[in-house]
Amino acid sequence: MAPARSKLRLDPATVLTARRLADRAGRPIVELARTHTTISVERAVLRLAGLSGADPDGIPWVNRLTDAVRDDIGLEHGVALPVWDALRTGGHADLLELAQKAAAGSVTFALPTGRDRDRAASAARRAVAAGVRRIDRRRTERERLIRRIGDAPRSPWIYLIVATGDIYEDIPQAQAAAREGADVIAVIRSTGQSLLDYVPEGATREGYAGTYATQENFRLMRAALDDVSRDLGRYVRLTNYASGLCMPEIATLAGLERLDMMLNDSMYGILFRDINPIRTFVDQRFSRQVHARAGIIINTGEDNYLTTADAVDAAHTVTVSQLLNEYFAKEAGLADWQLGLGHAFEIDPDRPESFRLELAHALLARELFPDAPLKWMPPTRHMTGDIFRGYLLDGFFNLVGAMTGQGILLVGMMTEAVVTPFLSDRDLALRNVRYVLDAAGGLTEDFHPPADGFIATRARQVLAEAVDLLERIVDDTGDAPLLHAIANGTFGLMRRPADGGKGRDGVLAQGPTYYNPASELLEAEQ
Amino acid sequence: MSDKRVIRPYGDTTGDGMVQLSFTLPIPHDRRAEAAALQLAHTMGLDPAMVVHAHGVGPDFTFLVVYGRVNHLVNLADVNVPEREYELLSPKEVNLAIKSTLKRKLVVLGACIGTDAHTVGIDAILNVKGFAGEKGLEYYREIKVVNLGAQVFVPELVERARQERADAVLVSQVVTQREAHLHNTREMAAAFREAYPAGQRPLLVVGGPRFHESMADDLGVDRVFTRGTTPAEVASYLTHALLTTTRARSA
Repeated sequence: MAPARSKLRLDPATVLTARRLADRAGRPIVELARTHTTISVERAVLRLAGLSGADPDGIPWVNRLTDAVRDDIGLEHGVALPVWDALRTGGHADLLELAQKAAAGSVTFALPTGRDRDRAASAARRAVAAGVRRIDRRRTERERLIRRIGDAPRSPWIYLIVATGDIYEDIPQAQAAAREGADVIAVIRSTGQSLLDYVPEGATREGYAGTYATQENFRLMRAALDDVSRDLGRYVRLTNYASGLCMPEIATLAGLERLDMMLNDSMYGILFRDINPIRTFVDQRFSRQVHARAGIIINTGEDNYLTTADAVDAAHTVTVSQLLNEYFAKEAGLADWQLGLGHAFEIDPDRPESFRLELAHALLARELFPDAPLKWMPPTRHMTGDIFRGYLLDGFFNLVGAMTGQGILLVGMMTEAVVTPFLSDRDLALRNVRYVLDAAGGLTEDFHPPADGFIATRARQVLAEAVDLLERIVDDTGDAPLLHAIANGTFGLMRRPADGGKGRDGVLAQGPTYYNPASELLEAEQ
Repeated sequence: MSDKRVIRPYGDTTGDGMVQLSFTLPIPHDRRAEAAALQLAHTMGLDPAMVVHAHGVGPDFTFLVVYGRVNHLVNLADVNVPEREYELLSPKEVNLAIKSTLKRKLVVLGACIGTDAHTVGIDAILNVKGFAGEKGLEYYREIKVVNLGAQVFVPELVERARQERADAVLVSQVVTQREAHLHNTREMAAAFREAYPAGQRPLLVVGGPRFHESMADDLGVDRVFTRGTTPAEVASYLTHALLTTTRARSA
């Protein structure tokens, strides 16, 4: 996949500078993430230890237990020590019984010390290690299935979305989409799930413009795709969203249920959902550690910037975000093959040379990240309801994907912004993709834009602008300049101060007694 | 401005009545599927009709493209265009109107009141992410959005409205029991009436699937939006109500 040498004649020193600047911008954020925890990270620890289910009001037991600990002694010590101390000394059968009693108010949590502390820590570590082993087994299982059944026949992988709100409707639609040629199925989440501070339980049949991400829904869909994968002789991957207030928990559930890809952007929640920046970075680091362990490919959300800012003027912000996403991902233990860095075909088609600009931007991403399976996203902003023009635009989008060797191609629908896709829309969209890939799939070999031409020049210009922006970010004031940049509206035009946003009260500085067996286990491997 | 003309669709000749349509039938692709499509076309008023293309979508469905002549007429004198009380504006136009008229940012305060924890509605209108392909009000450069989120108490809402000097207060109610959305809204309207001198309270806007547009007066608010409302509609309404009518207040 990596080109032997740069088609765009990118200056290796400039590329190195860009990466070093991204490291400098990201490092203070990682330091923040290492020294803080969040309520959702703590709940993920309990999920890894096997606690699941919800009370009669639908509030998950992990929430009830974490809240009970928080009420008694706060969360700056983590949940592990007080919970396993109570388990060890209180005569409770298991975590579930402890959670039920805690919810009823009949347990008082305390922070164990001395030998009690050590015993609680090793009990917690054992329980969490069982969950980590289960994630490991799921990863091995995926590798075995791909070996036995076969993998997607070619690159880019064809990525299709289903979203009915009802998991039992989603399943036949997803199976049909796989039969029609999809290599990856994404189940879109219900609107607003990212702002729920709990993960709903069970199979769900009602969602707004999407289906809730729950452990049971994950399990049902993965099983259904396993069936269809065997029929088709190729392993069909499943995608969901690790974003929003419960990112660490959803990442954990994805690992436990063998999801294959997860949307997981370093800044999306901050910018587009107004979630507290520190909460997002802490949650994100933990979730990426889980993804790294689970062999899950992350998909980042740079396409979103281009839906608010101009796709030409803001092209370099996409590059900056990709570099930051890469830094944060690698720091969390993800390998290149797991980085589905995002970008999108969103330039105004009425703009002269728009197609050449798209090629320049797409090729720049390809060359900057030669070993990453880039995620190429179709036009949405300039899809007007003129479905005939939309079909042509999608064809050009597919052509850029073929010419620049993208790794994951999200199939564009001509009815984007009109209706949820008809059955026939999806079929026509796949015919479009197949035609372009069959007709021009090998064009990457022949496509060598001249070094002094429009495309290479434009790509180098975007990279230079990205370096400029990164320099401005790292020269900003304070301990974590990136937080200032985010507060000042550098990305997606949104101003998000570090002390604002949703979920802020779920962020805590780790105390000297803090213990998290999950982080310890996940980091030990790196 | 009554137009007396009677018209038909135009293919390539005046009065030819030619239309194209495409649809999917839930049966396998064979001669029966094409005949079924023609029968549907005839029932829809296409005569003659021809199936110009058909292909199977999986084993159980057929996609068809049909051309045909419609025998229906449209008398333009009978065509009524229902009018919105406000003009639908683009974000650019909204920003420009605010900038030139108000000369400061327009402040919008949003919340879900009462026990409703479902912020889907208010977030769809306010979050940048938006709804139906449109960006939310946060995206508008000239609008300052303060989104208080879920389960906000009315006194808190009024207090924040004063602090922020809100021009408009948007409240959404999605899940309600025993008409709680109506009760909550009346309570809110009353609280604002009490807290502000007459004619100076912020514009009050409520939205949710259980409301009807005609309820505004009864509830004591300025405007009610129902299911499917998009951010641009709300922004356009705010522009209309706050900037282009006698309600406009000095900055």
